[in-house]
Amino acid sequence: MAKKVLLEKAHIKGIRAYDVYKAQGGYASVEKALKMDPAAIVEEVKKSGLRGRGGAGFPTGMKWSFLAKPEGVPRYLVCNADESEPGTFKDRYLMEFLPHLLIEGLIVSSFALGSNSTYIYIRGEYAWIVNILEQAIEEAKQHGYLGKNILNTGFDCEIYVQRGAGAYICGEETALIESLEGKRGNPRIKPPFPAIKGLWDCPTVVNNVETIAAVVPIINMGGEEYAKIGVGRSTGTKLLSACGNINKPGVYEIDMTISVEEFIFSDEYCGGIPNGKRLKACIPGGSSVPILPANLLLKTAKGETRYMNYESLSDGGFATGSMMGSGGFIVLDEDQCIVRHTMSLARFYRHESCGQCSPCREGTGWMEKILTKIENGKGQSSDIDLLWDIQRKIEGNTICPLGDAAAWPVAAAIRHFRDEFEWHVNNPSLCLTENYGLAHYADELSIVS
Amino acid sequence: MLKFSDDKLKEVKKIIDRYPQGKQKSALIPLLHMAQSEFGGWLSPESMDYVASLLSIDPIEVYEVATFYSMYNLQPVGKHIFEVCQTGPCMLNGSDNIINYIKTKLNIGVGETTEDGLFTLKTVECLGACGYAPMMQLGDHYREHLTKEKVDAIIEECRGK
Repeated sequence: MAKKVLLEKAHIKGIRAYDVYKAQGGYASVEKALKMDPAAIVEEVKKSGLRGRGGAGFPTGMKWSFLAKPEGVPRYLVCNADESEPGTFKDRYLMEFLPHLLIEGLIVSSFALGSNSTYIYIRGEYAWIVNILEQAIEEAKQHGYLGKNILNTGFDCEIYVQRGAGAYICGEETALIESLEGKRGNPRIKPPFPAIKGLWDCPTVVNNVETIAAVVPIINMGGEEYAKIGVGRSTGTKLLSACGNINKPGVYEIDMTISVEEFIFSDEYCGGIPNGKRLKACIPGGSSVPILPANLLLKTAKGETRYMNYESLSDGGFATGSMMGSGGFIVLDEDQCIVRHTMSLARFYRHESCGQCSPCREGTGWMEKILTKIENGKGQSSDIDLLWDIQRKIEGNTICPLGDAAAWPVAAAIRHFRDEFEWHVNNPSLCLTENYGLAHYADELSIVS
Repeated sequence: MLKFSDDKLKEVKKIIDRYPQGKQKSALIPLLHMAQSEFGGWLSPESMDYVASLLSIDPIEVYEVATFYSMYNLQPVGKHIFEVCQTGPCMLNGSDNIINYIKTKLNIGVGETTEDGLFTLKTVECLGACGYAPMMQLGDHYREHLTKEKVDAIIEECRGK
């Protein structure tokens, strides 16, 4: 049984309410942290090795230490609850079932960073969760953990929930800030980074929901203890949201020492694939990260077992590996068509491109059209090369990473499943009624070293 | 002339107070949600102009935001909007069948409203419910693990409201 530090108490009846949460040891980290020097809290987070749980995996303590502290200028902490990466629904679970864990983490983090007004930017569709969070904030306020002069320390803090209105791009931190300022979610050119010039041009830290929640166990147990969970630079626990063709979709907390195979097939997690089907492919970290065929997913190109952590999932780079990303784990069984699935993701990115940069604005639409053509039996062999060419021209040529996020799924699909694309092109009528199937994608790889 | 009720205007003031002095434009997205739900489920030019006046900003600043975000309806919609997710993970679990079933059942296409003005069908991109697919948003809530039978029941439930 993997160690749990976030969802340990998620199943306790009534845990959403303050009294039950408090009786379970809730708000201990606030009591502890507010007696500490804010700089010492940042040190603990650094020692914990915590990496941003939104997808990029950047060390949180380091991000915090970049925050500028000019005299007389307010600083802001903004919590990114704009969870929108296809395959990802972990933050929703955390906020829905353990709202006080997020509020507790936000109070400690606000104190550490000196934020007196902290904003939770939540995706507009999570409308009912806004009420859950606002209730938790109200309860925390009634019990003196928010408001003026918290625990007689002289520290004032308010937390506000701001609803978005439907835009994947607002998960990108500078787009989120623009949106919070009441504008279109167009990402900003960096530098300056938000740590210098963020919300209303003030120094700002933007952190994911799960990252903020992890601050609670870090303060409670100490950064060094927290860093003992996990392996190597993948410290602590990670929430994974598993979906697609599996028996037990849902949100799981893992300690990053289990293998990918165990995660998919053990009853403790995904519980295997329904209807006796075989595993064809998987996107392990949200729709933007490279898709891997079964053989490269379970083992690295070197033939070693692949584990559910940052390093192992990215072993082999993009040539033969993928990424931990947001933890959105999407499983495809042998009946799924890679072209069709890639087409669906391309449509998503075309829909969500903000339109600022031409490579992304034009390229995403172009990729969707070509994929639709191939999927409908109207593709030509040259279309596959054209697709490859377009994705390569988007990657790295846009203001924000949405361009890369749109390019990577297409690149990986062609890289690993090119013969399935060719089969579509060469069998224009057959591909409308039949599937390419599992083919050789689960075969043991013969390694050329 | 459109106008929020006094209660809603108090709420508007509370929202504006969340931000520093002079940064009231930050209230734009919350106020557009409010205008949409108060004024018939969509944002007419008139209601957008009203929101602009509440925030002392130019109407164009409201239009550019309203046209960017997918949750704002810029044309009249039915009383109940079925927003069915069609992205990857939902697709793997049969969202296409659900969309087609709703089309046939209500005799409308995607983006259309039934003649009685009760239902609008929209397809949307990932709503963060991938583990509970296929799914749709209905008002402020999600309806998950959709089947044809569930869709039938939801339609009946809406007709009863």
